[in-house]
Amino acid sequence: MNKIIESIKNLSIGFNSQKGKKISILRNVSTNIKKGETVGIVGESGSGKSTLALAMMGYIKQGLFPLKGECLFKSEDLLKMSSRQLEKIRGRKIAMIPQNAGQALTPNLKIGYQIDEALRLHTDLNKTERDKKISELLNKVRLPSPETMAFRYPHELSGGQQQRVAVAMALAGKPDLLLLDEPTTGLDVTTQAHVLELLRFIAKDTGTSMIYVSHDLGAIAQVSDRIVVMYAGEIVLEGPARKILKEPIHPYTYGLLKSIPKLSLAGLPASMPGSQPQPGSISEGCSFYDRCNLATDHCKKNSPDLEYIKELDTNVRCFNHKELINQNNNLQTSITKKSNNSEAIEVLKLKDVSISYAKQKFFDQLLNKISDQNPTVKDINIDIKKGETIALVGESGSGKSTILKSIAGLLKTKDGQIKFENDRILSSDLKMRNPNDLRAIQLIFQNPDESLNPNHTVEQILSQPLKLYFNLSGEELKKNIIDLLKKVRLGEFYMSRYPRQLSGGEKQRVAVARAFAAKPDIILCDEVTSALDVSVQAAVLNLLQQLKEDLGTTYVFVSHDLAVVRAISDRVAVLYQGRLCEIGPSQNVYKFPSHPYTEVLLGAVLEPDPDIKPKLVAEDIVEEKPPEKGCSFQGRCPRKIGDICNTEVPPWQIGENGNAIRCHINIDELANSQQ
Amino acid sequence: MESNLITEDKQKNKLEKAFEILKTMASKPSGLIGLAIVLFHVVLALISPYIAPYDYKAISPNTMLLAPSAEHWFGTDSLGRDVFTRTILGGRTALTVTFFGSLIALLWGGLLGIFCGLVGGKIDDVVMRVVDAFLSIPWILAMLLIVSLLGTSTEVLIPALGFFYGKGIVRVARAATHDVIAKDFIVSARARGHSNMSIIWNEIIPNVRDAILVEGAMRWSWMLLGFSSLSFLGFGVSPPTPDWGLMISNARGLMSFAYWSVIAPIVGLSSLIIGINLTADAFAKALGIDRSTKAPV
Repeated sequence: MNKIIESIKNLSIGFNSQKGKKISILRNVSTNIKKGETVGIVGESGSGKSTLALAMMGYIKQGLFPLKGECLFKSEDLLKMSSRQLEKIRGRKIAMIPQNAGQALTPNLKIGYQIDEALRLHTDLNKTERDKKISELLNKVRLPSPETMAFRYPHELSGGQQQRVAVAMALAGKPDLLLLDEPTTGLDVTTQAHVLELLRFIAKDTGTSMIYVSHDLGAIAQVSDRIVVMYAGEIVLEGPARKILKEPIHPYTYGLLKSIPKLSLAGLPASMPGSQPQPGSISEGCSFYDRCNLATDHCKKNSPDLEYIKELDTNVRCFNHKELINQNNNLQTSITKKSNNSEAIEVLKLKDVSISYAKQKFFDQLLNKISDQNPTVKDINIDIKKGETIALVGESGSGKSTILKSIAGLLKTKDGQIKFENDRILSSDLKMRNPNDLRAIQLIFQNPDESLNPNHTVEQILSQPLKLYFNLSGEELKKNIIDLLKKVRLGEFYMSRYPRQLSGGEKQRVAVARAFAAKPDIILCDEVTSALDVSVQAAVLNLLQQLKEDLGTTYVFVSHDLAVVRAISDRVAVLYQGRLCEIGPSQNVYKFPSHPYTEVLLGAVLEPDPDIKPKLVAEDIVEEKPPEKGCSFQGRCPRKIGDICNTEVPPWQIGENGNAIRCHINIDELANSQQ
Repeated sequence: MESNLITEDKQKNKLEKAFEILKTMASKPSGLIGLAIVLFHVVLALISPYIAPYDYKAISPNTMLLAPSAEHWFGTDSLGRDVFTRTILGGRTALTVTFFGSLIALLWGGLLGIFCGLVGGKIDDVVMRVVDAFLSIPWILAMLLIVSLLGTSTEVLIPALGFFYGKGIVRVARAATHDVIAKDFIVSARARGHSNMSIIWNEIIPNVRDAILVEGAMRWSWMLLGFSSLSFLGFGVSPPTPDWGLMISNARGLMSFAYWSVIAPIVGLSSLIIGINLTADAFAKALGIDRSTKAPV
């Protein structure tokens, strides 16, 4: 059992900079993978985790090259092998499951054929044996009706099913080692939980070793036996999963765990200052020195080595790790939010809003109406009060971003009204809105790489709204920009920088500053933290909360991440297929009774704790269109009671906690069965 | 909090940036050769009126069809005019007409393309179909029609060439606009309520400028060839204005015994076209728009 199958020895990988310097991305990495073990490699973007994982199958990306060290797979160095030799190992001995299976599968070949291809290449089976093997594999990854599944094309499968096919293909060659590079990152929460469950089952069933690379400690916690934490190209902590997650003795891991929002905790997670140093700018001393609150002068000059701690069976790269052992009981804490002093003034009211993406027919175009009987978003009624943070939660396709867009005026509504301040109806056409209404509602987007013009300096970016709404120019404009940068904790010198010169968190701060430049009443946040690293996410959440407390802004916060929503929001609205399922004060939505869909969502959340396993109560198949009649969740509901769910739209019921639930099941019964 | 990125490319002013691009272009042999050829032609065109040894339109029956000599470097043509003088002045004509022609093509093609890409819908459909219809007309026939109606002065030729070579740019600009139009910074500007003009000017042009400029540079060399073809057919600038196409056309009957009068303009024309092509390619690479990207390995 304890046989080592792959061992990395003092591996450094780097590239040549334009100035001809050698810059290393991986620095002196050593680790062993044992047979049958699942190792989680965790780290933020740029920590070198993917480079390490790829090197484990002898692959080094173009432009990079090994500086020193070796990758021994069964005592042969993969990095010295010819491509012919590697061909024999990849697929048969080491297989990989890519991040985005939808892109990794060839779109014009049936999936049975693609699995067959892998079998032909990596096994010596004949045609009939292969056919048998294909349905066996499809069965093993728990795809429904494996016989017909083989004749489908990749686009006919859902994202989760595609990922399962990728797993089946990787298993075709009976590999000893399975490499998984963020295999669940693009998937919905419920799908993610199902795929992880499958991977755990396969690891146990086949005894394959796995290397699971992810930025998500929640996912890592579910599958790993051992965890390797990477920071700035080095291993900073390595040990048994439970010890790492419960008693992290490296300040980076400690900070990382604290900065993850948790379902069980109200309030915001603590953030770590600063960001990870880029390769090439790492000076002597500890690479975590700048962000560490335990750092001493000793750390600045001397770089710590990995030190083995016997009682924890853990390797740690820190001089002061002993101080952390005592602090670990503080992991379950958070920063409490100032609750809004709910003056209960409504600023925004969505009344019976429906939105359709259907194409207008010719006659409807003439009459300027949309006659879609089953619109993407239907019957949305939400009153938003001044100064509150309301969150819209749901999986992809739930219509949450669609609603946000129509509040911003970017999408026309089919029916219903959007009322702003004193019941004034906002036109659903952007061009018909007056400039002051446009100013009052601002948007922040998910990905700051896309939301900031790459050819503008920060100064130009921030001056756009200031010039447009307030006609500022010259010195006054400059003063306002500096004020804005100060608000988002950025210095004056950022003005002349381009977005590409900023880190992800800094970019998102600029995007936040741009939204606040308009002095808005309402800010619409569209998944604003999902493109960011965890430690940066916590900082941005804290910043948003601080700005809200200072300026009294109202947030409409869209997210798929229930834990993030729990941390930032005052009220939560849960959406499924464009229909509201549940709405209520945030602490109560996370308590029972709740709508069966909320229950499913809550059950699928991955906590960075090996003791909290996700509860899988519903199938992870998502319908493409909302049902025409009845409850929107009828297709997947684990608590479906009968025909009534298919035919009648469920009524709103208000629970004791003050959250409204739209379900046919009596709310008291729901409460009883969910306890 | 300091940014940790390697900020090798610090804030530079525009001149420095242009210089940087030129430097990158000249760092590869093909770019260097292209730049050198174009520079040579441009300098020659600028100084040609001052260094021309003879009067380009002075006809002299005594010096008809002389072979190259110390007096007449490239010999003389059938009317006794100095070929060297006419060649360097011909470059001036070609460069002037096609430079301004390309500028016009870039302006109307680029702006219309960006506008169509931004508004989309019905307007886009109609405009693009009209552009398609124009693309289907053989440009040389249309040019002949225009020239025979309006005459062959440069005031007619420049806008007419500019118009016909702008059609292709419309498509490129529209495609480049489509690439950025879905990005969130445009959505953001729209949601803020900026006017279409302001979005085009502030958000789109900085992002599609490079692609359009590269396309314009390519079109420049095509236009050069087109313009010379027109002259060759006798529909370009009117005699006695010195012009390469016209010179080739006039001398082609005498090629068998007075080859010199045709070689100089041909060398001039083809070297300039090659030079512009090489420069355009190097320019594209320096801007990061590689038109021959390899598949990632």
